[in-house]
Amino acid sequence: MEKFDVIVVGAGPAGNAAAYTLARGGLSVLQLERGESPGTKNVQGAILYADALEKIIPDFRDSAPLERHVAEQRMWLLDENQTCTGVSHRDARFSQQPYNRYTIIRARFDRWFSEQVKRAGALVICETTVTGLLKDDAGKVIGVRTERAEGDILADCVILADGANALLGERAGLRPAIKAEDMALVVKEVLFLPKETLEARFNISGTQGVVIEIAGNVTHGMVGTGFLYTNKDSIAIGIGCMLGDMKRQQLTPYQLLEGLKRHAAVQPLIDGAEMKEYSAHLIPEGGYRALPQLYGEGWLVVGDSAGFVNAVHREGSNLAMTSGRIAAETLIALRQAGKPFSAANLAGYRQGLDESFVMADLKKYQGVPELLHENPHILDLYPRFVGDAAREILTVDGAPKRDKQKKILGELARRRSLLGLLGDAYKFWRAFR
Amino acid sequence: MHIAVCIKQVPDSAQIRVHPVTNTIMRQGVPTIVNPYDLFALEEALRIKDRTGARITVLTMGPAQAEEALRKCLSLGADEAILVTDKVFSGADTLATSYVLAAALKTLDARTPVDLIFTGKQTIDGDTAQVGPGIAIRLGWQLLTYVSKIRELEPAARHIVVDRRAEGGVQVLKSALPAVVTMLEGSNELRFADMPGMFRAARQEVQRWNRDSIGVELAQVGLKGSPTVVAQVFGPRPKAVKALRIEGETPDAIAEAFVDKLFADHPHLEDAMLEHLELLGQQGVEP
Amino acid sequence: MSDSLDTAAKPIKKPKRVLPERFKSYKGVWVFIEHEHGHVHPVSWELLGKGRELADKLGVELAGVLLGGMGEAVRKLAEEAGAHGAELCYLAQHPVLEDYRNQPYTTGLTELVDTYQPEILLLGATTQGRDLAGSVATTLLTGLTADCTGLDIDPSDRSLLSSRPTFGGSLMCTIVNLATRPQMATVRPRVMAMPVRQPGRLPRVVEHGLKLDESAVVTKVLDFIPDARADKPQLPFADFIVAGGRGLAKPENFALVTRLASTIGAEVGASRPAVHAGWADVERQVGQSGKTVRPKLYIAAGISGAVQHRVGMEGADVIAGINPDPRAPIFDFANYALIGSAAELLPALERAFARRLAEARARRAQAAEETV
Ligand SMILES: Cc1cc2nc3c(=O)[nH]c(=O)nc-3n(C[C@H](O)[C@H](O)[C@H](O)COP(=O)(O)OP(=O)(O)OC[C@H]3O[C@@H](n4cnc5c(N)ncnc54)[C@H](O)[C@@H]3O)c2cc1C
Ligand SMILES: Cc1cc2nc3c(=O)[nH]c(=O)nc-3n(C[C@H](O)[C@H](O)[C@H](O)COP(=O)(O)OP(=O)(O)OC[C@H]3O[C@@H](n4cnc5c(N)ncnc54)[C@H](O)[C@@H]3O)c2cc1C
Ligand SMILES: Nc1ncnc2c1ncn2[C@@H]1O[C@H](COP(=O)(O)O)[C@@H](O)[C@H]1O
Repeated sequence: MEKFDVIVVGAGPAGNAAAYTLARGGLSVLQLERGESPGTKNVQGAILYADALEKIIPDFRDSAPLERHVAEQRMWLLDENQTCTGVSHRDARFSQQPYNRYTIIRARFDRWFSEQVKRAGALVICETTVTGLLKDDAGKVIGVRTERAEGDILADCVILADGANALLGERAGLRPAIKAEDMALVVKEVLFLPKETLEARFNISGTQGVVIEIAGNVTHGMVGTGFLYTNKDSIAIGIGCMLGDMKRQQLTPYQLLEGLKRHAAVQPLIDGAEMKEYSAHLIPEGGYRALPQLYGEGWLVVGDSAGFVNAVHREGSNLAMTSGRIAAETLIALRQAGKPFSAANLAGYRQGLDESFVMADLKKYQGVPELLHENPHILDLYPRFVGDAAREILTVDGAPKRDKQKKILGELARRRSLLGLLGDAYKFWRAFR
Repeated sequence: MHIAVCIKQVPDSAQIRVHPVTNTIMRQGVPTIVNPYDLFALEEALRIKDRTGARITVLTMGPAQAEEALRKCLSLGADEAILVTDKVFSGADTLATSYVLAAALKTLDARTPVDLIFTGKQTIDGDTAQVGPGIAIRLGWQLLTYVSKIRELEPAARHIVVDRRAEGGVQVLKSALPAVVTMLEGSNELRFADMPGMFRAARQEVQRWNRDSIGVELAQVGLKGSPTVVAQVFGPRPKAVKALRIEGETPDAIAEAFVDKLFADHPHLEDAMLEHLELLGQQGVEP
Repeated sequence: MSDSLDTAAKPIKKPKRVLPERFKSYKGVWVFIEHEHGHVHPVSWELLGKGRELADKLGVELAGVLLGGMGEAVRKLAEEAGAHGAELCYLAQHPVLEDYRNQPYTTGLTELVDTYQPEILLLGATTQGRDLAGSVATTLLTGLTADCTGLDIDPSDRSLLSSRPTFGGSLMCTIVNLATRPQMATVRPRVMAMPVRQPGRLPRVVEHGLKLDESAVVTKVLDFIPDARADKPQLPFADFIVAGGRGLAKPENFALVTRLASTIGAEVGASRPAVHAGWADVERQVGQSGKTVRPKLYIAAGISGAVQHRVGMEGADVIAGINPDPRAPIFDFANYALIGSAAELLPALERAFARRLAEARARRAQAAEETV
């Protein structure tokens, strides 16, 4: 039977970061991916945050397939009356090298990343699904089982980088199943537009790109957050909702996305574009409080599989890459010190995470998921209110502005009690502070 | 017994999208696969290997990334893989392709004599079914196309008996080795590689041959060596209007509305249908 | 590799290539008449119809090319070629050519081309036509465009414009061959219209003696097993087709397709997954690796409309799709969209058609009575 120092399951950003770092650190690494090639199964917006990748491959900009750098960010509140209220932020410094954020196409980015992993010396095998973990009598993880004949493979440590479903850890009894309330379902389309049209519509040139984050009750009163990103000659547009909500409301993700695409603020941007790719994917958004056990005897879990997603800032791949890197560095340090990959020694991984932005950010927003769960009106009532208020203020109809203001406040009070308002403000402050 | 299998890496045509404005292929993210027919050819070779211990060499002409396709074949049980690659080979039509492949096969044959060459019936991107015949003619070997079954193979007596799909029936042909066989789809069930096969494929070296390794004339390869040229590309029968959605509250309402609309738009259809039904009725045939 | 093939739908752009002097005398349009066991493949007649058009545009003769065994039967086929539009028929008979085999047919056809020098040579894209075309083109070192769906002449330089699907049918392309002759193409059956047969129009027959030797032919035909003709569906020639796909989910639902088909007198077609599931015979598969059909009406139930299916049926005059998913690709090229489950819509259609046809019959009967 084959044996390796480390087996990495999954070739997304987390698995690739781990496998790359391990191979560079001189360990023997096997990476297993179920897709035909890395990236074929992966869905993402997608924004790449340079910092996390830079710490792994400093000169990535020279060869990575990047679409556009983010030159402008817009935040929109949309409501079902077809209003759009928002802010936009464009900063010339965003357009100075080295850029900080990029839009990417995951299928191509993952393929590139995997190429670097192979070059670093890891053995990468695709089209092979890991079906379970092998354990010894003491319960220590000693390898993996694949779907193929003669498919057992041994390793001193297994890194679970298998993405949002986290089925492997669950099946092996290393963690409980993820709750539907903690899981968001995101549907996404890539729409094609000629480069010139796209650049004219978004007022961009060169490699500049625009990112629009969308909140509000865009669809049938259901709470959703959406996004729209510009690639070189296409637009990625998507919307996500908590799985639990979606089940309750009996709405299909497709209906949600159609609603978003028809919205008066969005439609003109994508008008005439042709659909090219449609996909749906899960995001674990339980945050800090939903984190599972992160390591044990002979195993570690990284990326989405561990629930490392910052839902508020829509960051995931950077947490994934960072956790993958820290996991690898932990293993390399242990190997160099001649220490075994026991649970006690792997605690260093948790420590590394605690010292990084990963845990800091997750802790900062730990209240948010609950806040939204318990107060679904926050993403529903306020956007609607903001839309109405803006319209009232901006409509010049002879009514004195003072009356308008009064009317707005009266309307708000009618919709939500004063106590409720104060409560919301407090909760907001707590969650985002 | 030494068998060469010609395979090609193709874009998974089921997932190809076309740029709506410029009618160009959007290859972004379109996965590539081994041409499905070639896998049937490989499987047939593997079965012969299972029975007789034949040696199998897989060979492709293509870009560097076609190496993945060769590795897939190695994982299934091929013994050796050769990537024939050179920038002067690009833009080849079937005539230039069969020239390069035949040259590579001759080189291989000179090193380890080849008894049998398998190709797929056709590729799903080119769809021409010409490369197999082209190779046979250039090598001066026997050609057996559209083979659904190998009935007999006697390496010692150097003969082969196959079922060949012909129009309206199956030809049973007896021929001599060396021969070129193009395999039909669905002629055998494909195997699933085992884990040791995957490891072997991931580690084994894929040989790279270029124009010098196979000694070709530059005038006969790539774009230059191709008599046919693509002069225009356009979308498939553009439809100005999208399908008319038939509205209705219930299935019956939709069906009624459809039948009315259909015959209103195309009155001749009603006559044609009635006449056809009468004809069937007269013959007493239940369709 | 670049992301796109930069060959937009611009006007025809020909590379600069000159036709060598020795090819300039090549004249005439040839169609290879394919026959096996006494049956001519209909595609040969379809090609004579198209060939006529091309020859007229060029102002040259249209010839049929017939290779075969000895006897009157083969000679008779030459007359049929005349009835389908050929002015001329090259006839090469030899005992070795009794059954189709690649080697002697390649030798024979190559010799005919070298001797009589046509500028265009067309064959059916059948198992025989493709086997032969590839071999002859390679022997002659000339260009061959396979599996065409459209042929035309560029009046500016008399060259043949061959159109064909590419990339699994997602795109069409036009291919030219400027520097060698003959310009060869194979054409899919049922793509060109069948010409009207004009009996009694006899072609000039040019007999050509071939020196062939059975002992030099390596491959022998041991047997020919004809397909069971009896209940073989004639899908390519059906006027009405109801086809079912994976969306039907179970054999009971596929039976609804068969029922609607029998109500309206249609043949049953199927997508590849439906054939793989065993709901329909492989002979009923429509599409790239199945049959090309050209019915007056094609009803597709539970079929998404993938390009590989589309290429086989988009020649239908009228297409109706039944699918609960309004975004199914079938609606990109169908005429009518019936949004809903086939399990419900197929029986509803059966009722609606039955009623409508009964009414029409009654109307007809009444009209007939009135005229009496
Ligand atoms: C629509 C959408 C938009 C997003 N936008 C952004 C964004 O803009 N910026 C950002 O930073 N993040 C974004 N995210 C989040 C980001 O995509 C994820 O956080 C990131 O991909 C996690 O990486 P990963 O490696 O942990 O998991 P994945 O990328 O999911 O990779 C897991 C891999 O493991 C493989 N695998 C799974 N199970 C097995 C098995 N049993 N055997 C073998 N292989 C297996 C899978 O095929 C897959 O390749 C977005 C997510 C979605 C869905
Ligand atoms: C080389 C190659 C050659 C091929 N050749 C062919 C070929 O010759 N012919 C061919 O057909 N395919 C061919 N294919 C396969 C082709 O790519 C598609 O996979 C296939 O056509 C899909 O068949 P389908 O539409 O039945 O199934 P699907 O694509 O799975 O579509 C099923 C449809 O049914 C709908 N549906 C679901 N429920 C219902 C319901 N209750 N009522 C009605 N509709 C419902 C769904 O919305 C969906 O649109 C080929 C593929 C390759 C790679
Ligand atoms: N570039 C290539 N390299 C190796 N084999 C090829 C190549 N192109 C075609 N073939 C083989 O020839 C067969 C017919 O291809 P085609 O004529 O393109 O339809 C394929 O099924 C392959 O087996």
